[in-house]
Amino acid sequence: MPEVTMADALNSALRDALATDVRTLVFGEDVGRLGGIFRVTEGLQEEFGRARVFDTPAAEAGIAGICVGLALAGWRPVAEMQFDGFSYPALDQIICHVAKYRMRARGRVEMPIVIRIPSFGGMRGKEHHGESPETYFAHTAGLKVVAPSSPLDAYRLLRASIDDPDPVIFLEPKSRYRATEEGELTTEGPGLGRARVLREGNDCTMIAYGAMVSRCLDAADTLAAEAIRCRVLDLRSLVPLDVDAIAESARATGRVVVVHDAPRTLGMGAEIAATIMEEAFADLKAPVERVTGYDVPYAPASLEHRYLPSVERIGAAVRRIARF
Amino acid sequence: MSAGEHDDDQDDLRMLAIIAPDGSPIGEVDVGLDHGGLRELLRLMVFARRLDRECMVLQREGELTVYPPFEGQEAAQIGSAFALSSEDFVFPSFRELAAAVVRGVDPVEYLRYHRGTWHGGPYDPLERRFAPICVPLANQIVHAVGWAMGAKLDGKAACSLAYFGDGSASEGDFHEAANFAAVFGAPAILFCQNNGWAISVPLAEQTAAPIVARAVGYGIPGVRVDGNDVLAVYAATKAAADRARSGAGPTLIEAVTYRIGPHTTSDDPSRYRSENEVAVWRERDPIERYRRYLLAAGIADEAFTRSCEAGAEEWVAGIRAGVTSLPAPAPDELFAFAFARPPERLERQRREAGGIGDA
Repeated sequence: MPEVTMADALNSALRDALATDVRTLVFGEDVGRLGGIFRVTEGLQEEFGRARVFDTPAAEAGIAGICVGLALAGWRPVAEMQFDGFSYPALDQIICHVAKYRMRARGRVEMPIVIRIPSFGGMRGKEHHGESPETYFAHTAGLKVVAPSSPLDAYRLLRASIDDPDPVIFLEPKSRYRATEEGELTTEGPGLGRARVLREGNDCTMIAYGAMVSRCLDAADTLAAEAIRCRVLDLRSLVPLDVDAIAESARATGRVVVVHDAPRTLGMGAEIAATIMEEAFADLKAPVERVTGYDVPYAPASLEHRYLPSVERIGAAVRRIARF
Repeated sequence: MSAGEHDDDQDDLRMLAIIAPDGSPIGEVDVGLDHGGLRELLRLMVFARRLDRECMVLQREGELTVYPPFEGQEAAQIGSAFALSSEDFVFPSFRELAAAVVRGVDPVEYLRYHRGTWHGGPYDPLERRFAPICVPLANQIVHAVGWAMGAKLDGKAACSLAYFGDGSASEGDFHEAANFAAVFGAPAILFCQNNGWAISVPLAEQTAAPIVARAVGYGIPGVRVDGNDVLAVYAATKAAADRARSGAGPTLIEAVTYRIGPHTTSDDPSRYRSENEVAVWRERDPIERYRRYLLAAGIADEAFTRSCEAGAEEWVAGIRAGVTSLPAPAPDELFAFAFARPPERLERQRREAGGIGDA
């Protein structure tokens, strides 16, 4: 079986989308002749030309804003923000227009826009290079928010996001760009809004997305040695949120740990815990635990390991609720 | 020509003008319109002003929510919108009801926004090629440039035009839009209605250099035009549109005009500007000067101007009737349009709100 990295899988997804639909455009800072600073757009300009794959001026509000105009002109823009921490100038356009245009125009206008953002920590990056912006977007009604965890699923999710008629914020876990997975790239499989169980276990459910999924799988391995069997649920998309899968897992295991690298307060963990209270309260055997980043700005490289949820912190949380 | 207190320091800038405030021709009057077209410009301005005044009354009667009047800016909006073709696409801010009328947008549909029965896209933006009303300043200029980039990719001979004000020119999005337009050679017209005041802040405190001068910095043509001279505005916009459609790229137009009324019905301009200043600009009224010109040139007669006024009365009466009987949106419309493929979670909320319950 072929082995692909997440960066290669995303590159293939963009290539296949460009080949499938001539209305698809790919643009952003350094995505053309450089192929993107993470090489996700490598070779695309050569293959599809400078009209459909192009560099833009370094102006994130402009990048997000032209997506709206291009969508009105019948194009399907797939824009890249270079880094999570540099995407914030685009928030105005994303919140005020990308998210709201369809409702404002009473559904007469579609916004089939994908904005890709290399996100989350774990790269020993400098300040502004390890942000977790998902809550800003998930809390903005009108957007879909996707965060893949593995190469093959990154391919599937990016293709589904580009095909989706609604705007999608696509958060790529940059610490996993070089992670590999064996298998064929395919659009077959679960679509947007469907979580997937990556590991079965009856004692506790770990719920995560993006880079923290592999961290949870590692923690589950460790716990298995102690005879604590964990289910790992990969959310894949935060909007739509797979409420049924979350509830089913909570009912099946009675114990849930939510893991993300975003700060704890008002993070996705809070939303998931509240959802479990609404859907599966009677089946809970312990309070829902959150293992998250702390409520501080992202850590400098040498403190990153203390900030991010570790196998040890996840394991400790599971053990706490296993004894509850 | 003096541009008034709000930009005294910019008086010596060259400004395209064709009809002087007293109605006498001072420039090339042949802008390529036949007499019917020239009369239509007057009719549209008369109709638009009558509608604007009716909207103020409707707001005072409680029939509209906050309304931003455009009186004084009829020539800037109508001269520019009239220069566009049906293939072109207009991106308004929030004061462009007159331009909307030129584009054939149904005023009753448009006024659903000010009635509060919907947000800023109650009409069909694609049918009339008139984008939804954009309230956050300068955002729509970027949309217009994106649309123009898309039109260019399609090989269409069409251009976009974004309306914005002098205050919006201070926003970062103005800069990003102008720069993108220039870099990509986008067929876009950046049309600034410099009406002298950004709510209470005069132009001199908004920007230290003339807005038109910025064009040089982006490497695009800039044109300053008397925004109360409908023929000059038409000629400048037509030239920019022809240029854009020919593949020569964007143009920045600064139309120097004046907002006679308040910023919105919630504003009290007596707190920041003098009646004297307003009186100076009333003397430069865009409709009266053009009416005088048409009469003196024998292009229109008194009967025509009277028929415009009578027609406007009748037209506005119909709009009033339509606006005051606009239905409230169906409750379910709260959920109907946010997504093309709504998340299941939202569908659950929709059922909850509808009282159907969630099994």
